[in-house]
Amino acid sequence: MKLRYDVPGDDLSLAGKASAEVKRALGRLGVDPGAIKRAAVSMYEAEINMVIHGGGGVATAELSPERVVVVMEDSGPGIPDLDLAMQEGYSTAPEWIREMGFGAGMGLPNMKRNADELRIESEVGRGTKVTIVVAFGAAGGAEA
Amino acid sequence: MNGPSFHSVTLDPAKCKGCTTCIRFCPTEAIRVRKGRAYIIDERCIDCGECIRTCPNNAKKAVSDPLSAIERFAVRVALPAPTLYGQFDERFSVDRILCGLLDLGFTDVFEVAEAAEAVASETAGWIAAAGDGGPWISSACPAVVKLLQVRFPSLLDRLAPVISPMEAAARIVKERLYPGRADVGVFFISPCAGKVTVSRVPQGLSESAVDGVISIKDIYLPLRNALPGVEERPIARASGRGVAWAHIDGESDAVGVPRAISVSGIADVIGVFEALENGKLKDVAFIEALACPAGCVGGPLTVENPYIARARLKALERRSGEGTDRRNPVGEIQGGAPGIGLGFEEPVKARSGLRLAPDMLKAMILLEETELIGETLPGLDCGSCGAPTCRAFAEDVAKGDALITDCIFKLRENVRKLAEELINMERLQPPGLDKD
Repeated sequence: MKLRYDVPGDDLSLAGKASAEVKRALGRLGVDPGAIKRAAVSMYEAEINMVIHGGGGVATAELSPERVVVVMEDSGPGIPDLDLAMQEGYSTAPEWIREMGFGAGMGLPNMKRNADELRIESEVGRGTKVTIVVAFGAAGGAEA
Repeated sequence: MNGPSFHSVTLDPAKCKGCTTCIRFCPTEAIRVRKGRAYIIDERCIDCGECIRTCPNNAKKAVSDPLSAIERFAVRVALPAPTLYGQFDERFSVDRILCGLLDLGFTDVFEVAEAAEAVASETAGWIAAAGDGGPWISSACPAVVKLLQVRFPSLLDRLAPVISPMEAAARIVKERLYPGRADVGVFFISPCAGKVTVSRVPQGLSESAVDGVISIKDIYLPLRNALPGVEERPIARASGRGVAWAHIDGESDAVGVPRAISVSGIADVIGVFEALENGKLKDVAFIEALACPAGCVGGPLTVENPYIARARLKALERRSGEGTDRRNPVGEIQGGAPGIGLGFEEPVKARSGLRLAPDMLKAMILLEETELIGETLPGLDCGSCGAPTCRAFAEDVAKGDALITDCIFKLRENVRKLAEELINMERLQPPGLDKD
């Protein structure tokens, strides 16, 4: 099944809503807690990026009993040098964003660490599409 | 540890009007109104007491022990939570309050605040030894621990595995002060509904050393009436470091770890845990999270306003800091805490209360149905159906726990359709009469 959320690009206080919804859905399914956390971290990072850099966009989450595939698509400025962006500590976030505790240049590396699969397609001037795959472990971390 | 399902929070059916106020405030969507009464879904309830606090008809209450329960024991030890001290104004010293408990039939008192000092030191030691930078979450608040079990299972491995001051106090009494005695009963004097539950179904332990829990609400009047006539003796020992656990910041100050977050009130606690689960808060070492507003002083079983109680306690802590009535140098516990195990004996496990079905494929089908049903609902979260939100209602319908027509808007829609059908049928004439 597929969940779809609009991520507004003009309000940082709303950033994280889509990932919270997906986290909630994974909890309802009884996905193991470790996978929920990995999905939460990577999707949250992507969502914050999409708000700060991409001007918002659309997030979808395709759920199956084995895994979740999250796609975050924006029509923002795109990433000119993907290799550079993947480096820890590299950031193009403006100062005010850094003052809020974001923009440490750990977003993409953190996503890569937590996702089982991370694909980033980006075109300068057209936008960025981030695909995150998180596979579930042994079903059901909770007692019956 | 789902164990036998016991919750201290229960409903007085005679008082409940089915008003749906409580269902909105429940942080785990654990209440439904059915047949004009609020029902608690056991697997979801975390004993936070939000419903007790918000019920306008006082229909939600916590089952605790009556004062008469102490009569079963020859030696009756009261374990007053430091919150008790803040319930009375400055005329009544801690010494007087403790002596008042003795007047009510207890044979001894041991301050939970004193045990809290040992727990703080144990927690600090554990964090230092773990050495991974944290953050570690305090396990002192039973509702917070249950919140993690139900809503944030991925954070359970961040729980500092140290027993609560209440448990520590009970152990010190039983193992140090009265070792090997079977006639000793220890009773926690509690601001907290959750403590009643964990005294019967403990967290991180196989068995609790607490024999009963008496609510501050229940003991307040007899104690208040006894206080003026009490013969006051200097028996208070706990320092400000222990007393401060009654309110927010007290525990993290006592643990003394730099880079701590103190958060109180269940909504803000949830906000901090969401952030933690999203991988934020990397530079935080310790999280003191208390479900009640301003901490235990805001517990549902208290009498005094939490902020008034906190101000009194802070004044008490300041006096204790000046050394005027401080009899117990930090760390020197009556009877000695060394040798008393303060660590968890078993891990705290996730609870599956929010899961739609035990089987993931089945759960997925139900989730999909929930989404489809949810799209047809008005989204007003009016509560008339007895569920806290339209989405919770959609889930109930998908699971077969509610009918779609329990929604007043869906019912009206159906009635309108039926009415339209009736009118349409009325237009149809038998062929013999049809003059058109």
